[in-house]
Amino acid sequence: MSATEHASAPVVPLWQPAQVPSPTPSKIDPPEGEDLITVNFGPNHPSTHGVLRLIVTLDGEVVVGLDADIGYVHTGFEKNFEQKTYWKGIPYAPRMDYLAFFANELAYVGAVERLIEIEVPERAQWIRTLFAELNRIHSHLIFLGTSGVELGAISLFFYCLRERDRVLDLFEMVTGVRMHDRYPQFGGVAEDLPRGFYAEAKRFCHDVPLRIDEYLDLVAGNSVWRDRYRGIGTIDAATAIAMGLSGPNLRASGVPFDLRRAEPYLAYDKMDFDIVTGERGDAFDRLMCRTKEMYESVKIIDQCLEGMPSGPVMADDRKHVLPPRHELQTSMESLIHHFKLVTEGFRVKANQIYYTVESPRGEFGCFLVSDGGPKPWRIHFRAPSFVSLQSTAMMAVNRYIADLIVVVGSLDGVMGEADR
Amino acid sequence: MTAEQLAALVEQAVPGSVQAHADDLDMPSLTIAGEHLIAVCTYLRDQQGKNFLSAVSGVDYLGYGEEVAGYFGSERGRDINRTGSWGTPETVTPPATRFAVVYHLAHIGEGPTDRVRLQVLTEEGRVPSVVSVWPTADWHEREQYDLMGIRFDGHPNLRRLIMPSDWDGHPLRKDYPIGGEPVQFTDAV
Repeated sequence: MSATEHASAPVVPLWQPAQVPSPTPSKIDPPEGEDLITVNFGPNHPSTHGVLRLIVTLDGEVVVGLDADIGYVHTGFEKNFEQKTYWKGIPYAPRMDYLAFFANELAYVGAVERLIEIEVPERAQWIRTLFAELNRIHSHLIFLGTSGVELGAISLFFYCLRERDRVLDLFEMVTGVRMHDRYPQFGGVAEDLPRGFYAEAKRFCHDVPLRIDEYLDLVAGNSVWRDRYRGIGTIDAATAIAMGLSGPNLRASGVPFDLRRAEPYLAYDKMDFDIVTGERGDAFDRLMCRTKEMYESVKIIDQCLEGMPSGPVMADDRKHVLPPRHELQTSMESLIHHFKLVTEGFRVKANQIYYTVESPRGEFGCFLVSDGGPKPWRIHFRAPSFVSLQSTAMMAVNRYIADLIVVVGSLDGVMGEADR
Repeated sequence: MTAEQLAALVEQAVPGSVQAHADDLDMPSLTIAGEHLIAVCTYLRDQQGKNFLSAVSGVDYLGYGEEVAGYFGSERGRDINRTGSWGTPETVTPPATRFAVVYHLAHIGEGPTDRVRLQVLTEEGRVPSVVSVWPTADWHEREQYDLMGIRFDGHPNLRRLIMPSDWDGHPLRKDYPIGGEPVQFTDAV
């Protein structure tokens, strides 16, 4: 090739036109037809993962039009946050995405920490990383189990819940509760790891990969599973980015984008792990991406256990951090600090921040506007389930209604998070 | 890239579009004139690689930086927040316009994420829709329309998404009262 030819070669555009139905990607109108019926699929239906309502127009058994409707578990989280001091907002956060509770807490706590410019101790960062990955395994196990239920295979669900219970046991050991733990707090984590945790977690790290091997045999080696998931809900990389998919849904389309690697937070820059990607972007790849991500999570947990630095788990900043419990009995100042922090809270300078974490479902973002007072002025969560459920229509139309269930399941939406 | 460099680039591509720029804590932030929003977004998408729209958030600045950092009561509801003890330490300069619509953009692909925040200030809560630029904006904009009452001109399907379709008012607005909501489904008894 000569130099002139090279110069005139077309520049690859940064934006590739996506195959998105127009005008609305999230709602596909049915064609004119005689024998079409419109069915309400949900909001109460076992395979909608909560209360997702799909208004489906059917031609026989084939979906020809679809409009997704959400909002049935809207509980006004964002309005509620505006009523609470920053401290009191922490227990709210995990209740949005009840499967990825820890990731939600991390996003909220991380956003506030950036705003008040507090330095989180190294050990607390590592503990948070450990629990974020335990939480990822928890969420993916539920996904894997329910993906079987959708096909009518109930046994995998029980197996997955068995391992999930061990994750929750570890959470209970450290935080005292199994879910919604309020464990990460501004400046660190509530308490240090208890004695015996290391051995228990090590045993978990040994067992779980063996279990996932079994599940992979059960799923990937099962012809029913393959036939039902292969080629369903295919989305190419350009369309996935245009539709805002993130996390495993995007990685299944072959885009190796992971916020743990792209914008390392916590201690992820010190961890050695692979980003699992798919090739075809169909439901099967999404299933495999999540399942294989559990191996990587175990790897990270193992590294956290081995390399955990020693030191404090809470920042030494009495303006923002609750004083240690034992000081309250002996120190007047600590009692005053505690009282002021709990009743009045701390004030945050007027500013705004967008803080993201890689939740098991994708990019979970927390946009926080503060006004100098003790409560958030406005908080908005970028919920990955909310975004990914938009793609249901384009994935499911012109397919059988049985495939619609696979599509909705493979997107792994949690309605508590989508509706907030 | 700093906000100043980016503002210069955007200003060169779409003259008269950048009203202000700032280097925020987390990312450069540009304030864009509403009428140039589509042109700026298309430029950022095609020339600056911002192929990923993370979120669209509406912010209501009514009462921002005033003594009572709470809510304003009306006949429809009581104000449970007027305690007087929640005043701000120093008075923040309230923005001249009531609503801001904030777009968080990112780049997915080779290289860093390069996040950018775009902000459109609007008094009456009207901005052009960016669904034609990023299809993912569809539900984001419907959500902000529903909860914040921002009207996105040119949105193909601007209906309520979260609240019931016959809901009255936009709950995330600061003048929407807390408490005292009318009892729902009374006719179903």
